[in-house]
Amino acid sequence: MNHLPLIIKREYFTKVKNKSFIIMTVLSPMIMIALIAVVAYLSQINKNSERTIAILDESGLVSPIFQNSENTEYIVLENMSLEAAKTLTETQGNYGLLYIGKFTDVKDADKFIKFYSEESPSITLINRMESKLEKHLTDLKLESQGVDIEKIKSSETRVTITQESFMGQKTSKIDSIVKLVFGGAAGYLLFMFIIIYGNMIMRSVIEEKTSRIIEIIISSVKPMQLMLGKIIGTSLAGVTQFVIWIILGGLLLTIISGIFGINLMEASPSGQLLSQASTDSNIPDVAQSVIMAFYKLPLTNLIFAFLLFFIAGYLLYSSLYAAIGAAVDNETDTQQFLFPILMPLILAVYIGFFTVIENPHGTISTIFSFIPFTSPVVMLMRIPFGVPIWQQVVSLIILIATFIFTVWFAAKIYRVGILMYGKKPSYRDILKWIKY
Amino acid sequence: MGNLLEAHNVSKKFGNYTALNNVSIDVPQGSIFGLLGPNGAGKTTLIRVINQITMPDSGHVILDNQPLQNHHVKDIGYLPEERGLYKSMKVGEQALYLAQLKGLSKAEARKRLAYWFDRLDMGDWWNKKIQELSKGMAQKVQFIVTVLHEPKLLIFDEPFSGFDPINAILIKDEILRLRDEGATVIFSTHRMESVEELCDHIALIHQSNKILDGKLIDIKKQFKTNTFEIGIRATNELALEIELSEKFTVTPTSFKTLGNELKRNIKLAENQSPNDLLSFLTSRGEVSHFVEIIPTANDIFIQAVKNN
Repeated sequence: MNHLPLIIKREYFTKVKNKSFIIMTVLSPMIMIALIAVVAYLSQINKNSERTIAILDESGLVSPIFQNSENTEYIVLENMSLEAAKTLTETQGNYGLLYIGKFTDVKDADKFIKFYSEESPSITLINRMESKLEKHLTDLKLESQGVDIEKIKSSETRVTITQESFMGQKTSKIDSIVKLVFGGAAGYLLFMFIIIYGNMIMRSVIEEKTSRIIEIIISSVKPMQLMLGKIIGTSLAGVTQFVIWIILGGLLLTIISGIFGINLMEASPSGQLLSQASTDSNIPDVAQSVIMAFYKLPLTNLIFAFLLFFIAGYLLYSSLYAAIGAAVDNETDTQQFLFPILMPLILAVYIGFFTVIENPHGTISTIFSFIPFTSPVVMLMRIPFGVPIWQQVVSLIILIATFIFTVWFAAKIYRVGILMYGKKPSYRDILKWIKY
Repeated sequence: MGNLLEAHNVSKKFGNYTALNNVSIDVPQGSIFGLLGPNGAGKTTLIRVINQITMPDSGHVILDNQPLQNHHVKDIGYLPEERGLYKSMKVGEQALYLAQLKGLSKAEARKRLAYWFDRLDMGDWWNKKIQELSKGMAQKVQFIVTVLHEPKLLIFDEPFSGFDPINAILIKDEILRLRDEGATVIFSTHRMESVEELCDHIALIHQSNKILDGKLIDIKKQFKTNTFEIGIRATNELALEIELSEKFTVTPTSFKTLGNELKRNIKLAENQSPNDLLSFLTSRGEVSHFVEIIPTANDIFIQAVKNN
């Protein structure tokens, strides 16, 4: 008798109808969006806060370069001593005082420049002032040596290297970033999925054990069927939750950015990367080039590989989670068994984010995209950069072989473990169970 | 009538520990079969082998003249000793699920559940969650789930634990009724009074070996010691007692009577018949009590375990 559909149905509906599951599903995207909005809002406030900076320029050569900007106002003080200027700035509650002493030679002008403030000033402000001063003083120096500044300015050149593969495919920085975002998102998604829903599977196995219904169930169903049913049912619930999160998140994002007029895209790191890349390469329309980069991705390959690696990788880990749930009596005992599972997973994400970004086809990324416990995450991150099909196939075969082995192994542990109560098993006990 | 279930030379080891050593049992069709034994004897392992939860290392089980197969799951109803239900699932939903796992269609399961809920006064429980029920109430649900698919073989492991006396009687009557309707029952318990009351066949497992099995009556005959409990009023009790101990093996005993007579247990030798004893006694005084001591299941259990 095949009870798999029945088990999947029960697992799915008990998960989906569960109150905390529903609350999580609805609240999580709201909390996430609220957080993003708050961060974006705060950084905007920070940007907008107005500062007044007093300038005492005894040389008389520098102050004109400081023009009032949107959030910084400069007041030029004249005919007073440094002490008087300090007191004035402090009593007026201004942000700080930029003091430029009377220098005789432009060469050592920087020794005469100081900034006084009540608290330590913002680093960005100092940087901005420094770069302005540097530029201006350089110009002054050049001028003092009789160089025509206008000529220098007119001969300044910007270079954007056009990247092209041997196959004749044009690439750009934006392309790389889009690939990175796609690969990173896919790998990270798998990582999150395994952790969230693997745990859910584990808890549901433990629940069956502690409620002692397990023996009744397995007198009607093969443990293997129960385990697979649990994994599939919980995963479907997971997919449902994810889809709702994406839809809800997208919806909220649009609404909130519409209402508050905050460009949330800019607040996210990938958005910043993109806009930075676009200014670097002088590409006028970011959106258009992102879309172009998107179409240049190996999409069919990406989708197929994503599905295959995602499913195989997820099943590999979730069967281990089920086995852990079967081996212990309560959640507190799971820690020592979870650690060896989480290690390769975290390693995979680190390798993905550090070495794949650095060099997607380097030795380390390549090796780890073949090792079954890290390959789903690492390979998913590499694929957007173009991985030869044979590598994908070999990696997938290794992964599936390992997956079949772990499911067999997990089923053995599961079969024995679900009927074991009391003592927390050691690794040695678990190895013994396989022979039962 | 033949045997519904036969286990032949079933052995099972867990690592170095032998849980069952060459155990064979025959469970006759329509019987209530008591599977007895101290804790850890191997009863649960044997039951799990019958339920195909555990695979035996050697030996095989025949159900209904066929080697045990997957589809036999629907012919067996099993109430394990370690039992429970999904705590956060509703009673009705849960019962439907478990019934479907046993191969019933949803509609059929619903119909039968309605009948049983009505029968055991559980009318309004359908939408309650298990965690809202008392232990005894949950046990009722469990009992129904065990018998709902009308299996040929019912296996109860300590079925009465957790029931109050009223519900225990209710369940006992239901078990007897199911037997009368043709089901065969395997009954594993420590409560010897319920063995006495219900079982017609027993098997005793001790330290992974079967040490005794057969019809309860036959076993009792085998274990009886030809001992009689007597009460007699005689004019000269002292003389009678001396005379008795010369002829028979006598041990003191006590039981409740209205009078104040001499009470003794008398064990007969091989060549002595109860009539010999009785006619001797009547010639010496007025016999008020004369009963053959039949070993109780409890006595048999303790004696058999001790002898091994």
